[in-house]
Amino acid sequence: MKLYLKIWRQKNNQSKGSMIDYEIDNISPDMSFLEMMDVLNEKIIEENGDPVAFDHDCREGICGSCSMFINGEPHGPDKLITTCQLHMRKFKDGDTIYIEPFRAKAFPIIKDLVVDRSAFDRIQQSGGFISINTSGNTLDANTIPIEKENADKAFDAATCIGCGACVASCKNSSAMLFVSAKVSQFSLLPQGKVEATDRVLNMVNQMDQEGFGNCTNTGACHVECPKGISLDYIAKLNREYVKANIKK
Amino acid sequence: MKKITYSLNYRKPKEDYKDDDTLTVCVRYYHRFDNGIQKVIKKSTGVKCKLKDWDSDWHKSDNRHPIKSTDPNYLEKNRLIRNKSIDLHSLIKNIKPLQSKSTLKSNIPDGPLDLKWSSHKNNVRLVSPANKRNIDIIVVGTGLAGGSASATLAEQGYNVKAFCFQDSSRRAHSIAAQGGINAAKNYQGDGDSVYRLFYDTIKGGDYRSREANVYRLAEVSSSIIDQCVAQGVPFAREYGGFLDNRSFGGVLVSRTFYAKGQTGQQLLLGAYSAMNRQVARGKIKMFTRHEMMDIVIVDGKARGIITRNLITGEIESHSAHAVVLASGGYGNLFYLSTNAMGSNVSAAWKVHKKGALFANPSFTQIHPTCIPVSGDYQSKLTLMSESLRNDGRIWVPKKIDDAKKIREGKLKPTDLSEDERDYYLERRYPAFGNLVPRDVASRAAKERCDAGFGVNKTGEAVFLDFSSSIIRYGKEKALIKGLDTADINLVRSLGEQVIKAKYGNLFQMYEKIVDENPYKTPMMIYPAVHYTMGGLWVDYNLMTTIPGCYAIGEANFSDHGANRLGASALMQGLADGYFVLPNTINDFLADDIKTGPISSDLAEFKEAKKLVEEKIDKIMSNRGSKSVDYFHKKLGKIIWNNCGMSRNKKDLKKAIKDIQNLRKDFYKNLKIPGEKFSFNESLAKALRVADFMELGELFALDALNRNESCGGHFREEYQTKEGEALRNDDEFRFVSAWEHNPNIELSKLHKEQLQFENVELKSRSYK
Repeated sequence: MKLYLKIWRQKNNQSKGSMIDYEIDNISPDMSFLEMMDVLNEKIIEENGDPVAFDHDCREGICGSCSMFINGEPHGPDKLITTCQLHMRKFKDGDTIYIEPFRAKAFPIIKDLVVDRSAFDRIQQSGGFISINTSGNTLDANTIPIEKENADKAFDAATCIGCGACVASCKNSSAMLFVSAKVSQFSLLPQGKVEATDRVLNMVNQMDQEGFGNCTNTGACHVECPKGISLDYIAKLNREYVKANIKK
Repeated sequence: MKKITYSLNYRKPKEDYKDDDTLTVCVRYYHRFDNGIQKVIKKSTGVKCKLKDWDSDWHKSDNRHPIKSTDPNYLEKNRLIRNKSIDLHSLIKNIKPLQSKSTLKSNIPDGPLDLKWSSHKNNVRLVSPANKRNIDIIVVGTGLAGGSASATLAEQGYNVKAFCFQDSSRRAHSIAAQGGINAAKNYQGDGDSVYRLFYDTIKGGDYRSREANVYRLAEVSSSIIDQCVAQGVPFAREYGGFLDNRSFGGVLVSRTFYAKGQTGQQLLLGAYSAMNRQVARGKIKMFTRHEMMDIVIVDGKARGIITRNLITGEIESHSAHAVVLASGGYGNLFYLSTNAMGSNVSAAWKVHKKGALFANPSFTQIHPTCIPVSGDYQSKLTLMSESLRNDGRIWVPKKIDDAKKIREGKLKPTDLSEDERDYYLERRYPAFGNLVPRDVASRAAKERCDAGFGVNKTGEAVFLDFSSSIIRYGKEKALIKGLDTADINLVRSLGEQVIKAKYGNLFQMYEKIVDENPYKTPMMIYPAVHYTMGGLWVDYNLMTTIPGCYAIGEANFSDHGANRLGASALMQGLADGYFVLPNTINDFLADDIKTGPISSDLAEFKEAKKLVEEKIDKIMSNRGSKSVDYFHKKLGKIIWNNCGMSRNKKDLKKAIKDIQNLRKDFYKNLKIPGEKFSFNESLAKALRVADFMELGELFALDALNRNESCGGHFREEYQTKEGEALRNDDEFRFVSAWEHNPNIELSKLHKEQLQFENVELKSRSYK
């Protein structure tokens, strides 16, 4: 396949960026999108250029590093996958592909397609945990049975990989889906209920401080989420938030 | 060490006896010396019993009753056996143990195996909470081992500085572990116990790991599950609300806890949340996008590290009272592996170059179920969890012609009937079938493909087929629901639902990569590099040979011997980080309560920093024409072809020469674009590959030196007639611990003799 790429190039956080054109040939449909980027970078290095910087690590859709905005969609045209799992068979010979970073005020660009998502870490640090010491001297794991339905729902929420596609897809750059996943995971488990009030208030507060926008229920986040995190969790977050405010 | 064992005196293979055959009981008195030499005084008791009345063939203490009550005279016979053992005891009690020649001190505590860890914990020195506040610890790596260690150490009151090269500590490669985590909980009531987990791990590791470490691992395994559940890790549950288990390779019980195919992710997020709690308290300072460049040693102790900020390129000095490496394994030496793109050996290798011994570098796990290589552009291989072998059956066509037709696309796998398929694992290993350990399954796949039975274009793939399980589960579901079990389409669709619930994400992953529907047609799989059992040599306290420098998780060598069992890596990472290191490190730090802060302005830091900067300048000023990946791919090919699933003397010698030449070429022809003070992935990669270039040589040297086959290390010269690994316990029952030499070929070998006091060395059989 021959492809025409338009890629966002930006030297660093201070400089201005722009879309640059690249042409690439001999791309196999079995390649992953990032392997196509590898081939492009090898070509750029050969031509004494500066290769395109992008985040990537596990290349199997679980670490949440890769973060490309491809043809107007985070992680590209395929559903329920990350950029690294996108394969070139989703494109046609002669296609033009637009590649940009995940854009949001709370995700400043570091270089090219690499953004700083440490705001997500800070939200988690504000309350995304259960306060238990790691001594191992706790209850036997089977002491508290957990309804399978709740355990499964908690698991579904916990599969969030923290990639930021929800933020990138949202016209408000809201991080509600991300926050709701963690809040819901813990509020569905008896172990997490104890701190539920403080957790939701602190995490929402931190989310606002980081400069993420509000949620207007467009649902784009759910559509683009590589793990298919459900909008139900946002509803749950809202309920938890209201409950916590009444309690306080 | 003294030990008395009982066993039956077999004179021909065990399988050739019938239940009613009568055999003589042997009482053996073993005396093993520190250096591994073993003297046996064998005495027969004259007691005979029938095979069916014999309790078990493995045996460990002198107060058991080996003959079952089904034997009419069992009381009398057991008494005779016991008397004989007491006689033997007095006979040789005057023999004095020989002194060990090795300088390596493993610091294994005295006492019986099951009490070693608890008595050690009671005897190590403690540091008071007030003093902990004045002590800093550096942790490199934030995977399961590093994350859990950081959280626990910070919780105890130490000031932790945690480093990772990823943009967040949650992205460490532990996140990609799929199948599960072992623990000796025996929730299934299938006879599991701490001893059995210990025994399975020692046996699975082909008797090349330390008994005391492995027992400790099995002992703390159950606390891990308690801890994780308390942290909110959503493990899979049954309808009753209790935890579910599944089975993994190399064992006959179900002791694996899991969270669909994302167990590593859930456990890592648990450790990440425990870390976050400490970051919020200010007890952990996180340094993301920082890569360790070197370790700093002051007055013989590890006191800090030099790092490179991957965003700005700045070289920084960080000081502490101790340094913990949790930097993972080095499977990326092979270029193609299931490891993440960034996983590397550099942190461990730098420590090795500063004096830490590197143990068993050639012990690599090649995982049998990965998606096969599809082309030259390939950047990594994707694992399909071992849990799939619970329900998937592995096969190739029986007839070589069929295999050829399948390769050419003229025949579909579903066209072949049951008796045209060779379920070679079930055929060769009836007892364990598709759930043999990973090394055995990988070699068997290679054997079939080498013989011409491979099923994809490259001839390097076998089938993993779920159709039998789909039908079996479907029938079961149909029965429960009172539906027609003869309706094959209904049964299939019900069965597919069950499989989807169990392995949905793995099937989806496979479909996205290969573009085939694994519910309808069998998966194609082939072995790929997955894990490295070797790593920095550590003592019982997990300290390397550099005082104050610890290594935990995959970065050390200690628990898995020559082959790791499935679902044990997560167990080891968390055991080391949550429960072992936080106890043992106090003993070292107790000397530092009055030391005060370590300054990063010391001459040692300046010197180390200067050397790092010079190295970067040198590599940046190279005016070659080839990219880093070009060299990394070449290195990977050399290692895979000569030091992969099977190895021989000639190829290993060739590999050493090839690597030496490639390394020269690397420093001559490498080209790194961009600037050093910027986000420059090519530079970061080049620095990692430079270390792989050196490790590769030691890797081959280690494989060359070990003239036996054990676990993942298969030397073609040492195999049985049936092609099984042939171990040599008399000469190679040791850990190879290598001391660095700038001329790697001349690295000095230290041997840590392994002592087995509680299990009998047997040849591993899964038949």
